[in-house]
Amino acid sequence: MAEFAYEPEPASVGLAPGESIREFAGKSPWRLAGRRLARNRVAMAALALFVLIVAVSFAAPLYAKHIAHTDPFANNLNGTTVVDGKTVEVLQQGGGPLKLGETPIGPTWHANYFLGADNQGRDVMARVLYGGRASLLIGIGSAVLACLAALFLALLAGYFRGPVDVFLSRLMDLIWAFPIFLLAISLATVLLTAPDGLQWGPVHVDPSSLWIPTLIIALVYVPYVYRPVRGQVLSVREKEYVEAAVAQGASSLRLMFSEILPNVLTTVIVMLPLMIATTILTEAALSFLSIGVQPPQASWGTIIDDGQDLLYSRPWVAIAPGIMIVLTVLSLNVLGDGVRDALDPRAKLRLKG
Amino acid sequence: MALFIVRRLIGLVVVLFAITVLTFLIFFATPGVDPTRSLAGRNPTPETVAAVRHQFGLDRSKPEQYLLMMKRLFISRDLVSYGNQALKVVPAITAATPVTFSLVIGAAVIWILLSILTGVLAVVLKGSIWDPLLMIVALIGISMPVFWLGEVANLITQDRLHDTFLFSWVPPLGYTPLTENPWQWFLHLIIPWLTLAALYVGFYARVLRANLLDVANEDFVRTARAKGLSERRILTRHMLRTSMITFVSLFGLDFAVLVGGGALLTEVVFGLPGVGLLTYRSLQSLDLPVIMATVIYGAFFITIANAVVDILYARLDPRIRPT
Amino acid sequence: MAPPPPPLLEVRDLKVSFNTEDGVVRAVDGVSFTLGQGEVLGIVGESGSGKSVTMMSVLRLINDPNAVFEGEVLYKGRNVMDLPEDRMREVRGGEIAMIFQDPMTSLNPVYRVADQIAEAILTHRAIGKAAARTRAVDLLRQVGISQPERRADDFPHQFSGGMRQRAMIAMALANDPDILIADEPTTALDVTIQAQILDLIARLKDEFASAVILITHDLGVVAGIADRIGVMYAGRLVEFGGKRDLFYDPQHPYTWGLLGSIPRLDRPKQDRLHSIAGMPPSLIDPPAGCRFRPRCPHAFDRCETEPALEVRGGGARHLDRCWLDPESKRAVRDRTIRGESAAA
Repeated sequence: MAEFAYEPEPASVGLAPGESIREFAGKSPWRLAGRRLARNRVAMAALALFVLIVAVSFAAPLYAKHIAHTDPFANNLNGTTVVDGKTVEVLQQGGGPLKLGETPIGPTWHANYFLGADNQGRDVMARVLYGGRASLLIGIGSAVLACLAALFLALLAGYFRGPVDVFLSRLMDLIWAFPIFLLAISLATVLLTAPDGLQWGPVHVDPSSLWIPTLIIALVYVPYVYRPVRGQVLSVREKEYVEAAVAQGASSLRLMFSEILPNVLTTVIVMLPLMIATTILTEAALSFLSIGVQPPQASWGTIIDDGQDLLYSRPWVAIAPGIMIVLTVLSLNVLGDGVRDALDPRAKLRLKG
Repeated sequence: MALFIVRRLIGLVVVLFAITVLTFLIFFATPGVDPTRSLAGRNPTPETVAAVRHQFGLDRSKPEQYLLMMKRLFISRDLVSYGNQALKVVPAITAATPVTFSLVIGAAVIWILLSILTGVLAVVLKGSIWDPLLMIVALIGISMPVFWLGEVANLITQDRLHDTFLFSWVPPLGYTPLTENPWQWFLHLIIPWLTLAALYVGFYARVLRANLLDVANEDFVRTARAKGLSERRILTRHMLRTSMITFVSLFGLDFAVLVGGGALLTEVVFGLPGVGLLTYRSLQSLDLPVIMATVIYGAFFITIANAVVDILYARLDPRIRPT
Repeated sequence: MAPPPPPLLEVRDLKVSFNTEDGVVRAVDGVSFTLGQGEVLGIVGESGSGKSVTMMSVLRLINDPNAVFEGEVLYKGRNVMDLPEDRMREVRGGEIAMIFQDPMTSLNPVYRVADQIAEAILTHRAIGKAAARTRAVDLLRQVGISQPERRADDFPHQFSGGMRQRAMIAMALANDPDILIADEPTTALDVTIQAQILDLIARLKDEFASAVILITHDLGVVAGIADRIGVMYAGRLVEFGGKRDLFYDPQHPYTWGLLGSIPRLDRPKQDRLHSIAGMPPSLIDPPAGCRFRPRCPHAFDRCETEPALEVRGGGARHLDRCWLDPESKRAVRDRTIRGESAAA
């Protein structure tokens, strides 16, 4: 999906409605933005929700061990559990659309198999939490990587201009011309055909490593962040204070980092929550198609894929991870809106003359 | 204007060429991966491996391999799938295209209408409870993975509520061509249309609302009001018209991506035999010739559509027309 | 003898305030004036003085839900504040027209210039598109745009800044309004073009028999064209009178400051251009007493009470808000304007 290309206004602190000039005396724009964000209760609620989801997902091992007492990665085809005081088999005979084969148990709403089991007898709830770990790691990791790479490349291109800029921008255009999902699919397919893993020089990468989807997704989104950042670098470069620094004899490297970078950083920071939301959705789609996270690892997308066969009999397997995705992405979107409002207040105090 | 179009077309050809080269490189030259193994699919027999070697000329130089692949794809069009020897790739794609078009065009009509309605309503009702409410609904729409939403829709319409009057009319998953039975065609597609549109309505409603609010502060809107125009006319002829520039260009890009195969998740979930489903099946068996062909088809279509959008954009915004 | 005709526009004690989180901003705090047929009124003041808000209120162009209006604006005897919206729309563009500061952004970039002028015409008269277009082309000719038939089909970005402002004026005068309000029409233009635009307005006002209200921060702009001038400061009129009175016998120290900061060729060269020290006051917390007091080099104890706007020493129909005794004022004044002595 073509995301809305972000065109930021130059970093400036305008007054938002209800703010007085008194508050602004002598404070850095970052502190001001931070305060504005902190006052945005909806954004703060979203941040809290996101942090909660992250915390719960990373506590997955604790949940599995101490609360559910299950191993979400081991098949438990012949296991049993206790429901309402009775011992039942995790995979029960009968059920399913043809009333043949086996059906895993549904939600017990108890600690053990809280949301029921999947086709392999594994605890769905524990898997969803573990899946969260993978999805969040990949989502946050790839977004951060993409932003860092784009930032670095955009600084180079925007600052040095000339052949460097032409080369980098054409390269970015080429990557971007290749539609995201197609590029991701191609890369993933190719990288996953090697059953023993990849060998990149001295580095061996296991096929189920989370690095593969992370790098693929990061690569695919670099151009998306690169474009607006480069535009910002170009416009900041023209500003008077950069000329002043040059006149004072500052070196290129110093200029790039001390003058241009801080101003351009705003653009990246505003994009970050939305990027994470996008990468999480992308990873979920790739995993759903079996070309994202590979077994034995699990992510929200793979669990939804697992749940397809059980959709009508045990819908929770497919629904639960989806709900987690919706909550995570929703909170990131709301937070992203809040961050953008805090750093780029659009409303101007309208009292002219 | 004609020169502008010609220049765009030349650029287009260059990009298409670059895409084929990039695709080739990905499948044949990714470091650390042996293309023979990639192309032969999972667990190939020795015969398959030998056949792959021969068909793709892997014993020859890379540029020759590239030319060979291009030839098979475009000229002789006899690229054959590895999972199913009887399946000729290019005809399979052309057969699947109308399905994808049906899905995407229908969904697009729905999402354009709904998002304009929602965006405009949110602006007109600004200040009341409806504006944030509509935007929250929009936000939820963007936050749902489309394949998951499709699964949920199936759960409700095919199973849980299938026997009620609400959804008893929903046919089993699948597709009927328009030419065969228009009514069935429609019934098969209505739920997929709504599912696919849900995501985009959310996005476009938000974009339109943001654009309209920005435009409302523009000086020319103030001028229009000072001329004595009615609020309705200001909204439609001045605010909406200028906001449509962004809206249409974004729409063009999204539409292109969807038709190029981006709707694959929806097709998979609803069992619609379009280009996306073809790609998916080939992914499952790592049937590389098919994957390659669908990727190139998709990339071509999208790039062409991008160029069309560029030209359209110039029509909509006189400021960027070359004078 | 017949009673004098009622003034075309009469503003009575207009107050406009905005409710913000920090308090109530009194942008316009009791402004009154009249405008007669065919008269040119200049309103001068710095940013934040309330001049634009006053004029936008005349046309009820302020949409802010936090705005509160008091007072009356009588146009041909009827209070504009009470008019129903559809009647107000007839007034806008049809009887009172307004042009704004930046002509580039004031015209819609996606429509042709003639179409936008025709839109203004067709909103108020049912004459058919072809007739409207002909009239639009005529108007463009009247405002001095050469080859109007060809240029009519251009888009705004193809016009230069001066041409755009001429087109705006054409659009404003399209329906023969009784009043043309021009809000800083020359501020965004080059100095040479400024003069052309002002000449154009002066010529057209006679051709179209319109009264003109010219808003600006630059006294030099109104020097040639205005009949009467009002000086606004911190939401109020601090001086109001005929042009000659204001330029040759200004009564208020703020006006002196404005005059002093105009470079003049007909006076001895000053060492430094005089500027008014200090900043305009907060409109939420205006200072008690005379609002100019904190910046006035001549303030004395009486200034702690707010002076009313009335005729004091400047002659009939020359009003001001200053407690200083008019006789002793005059000596001080000339020194102040020349940038000597107590001016800081």
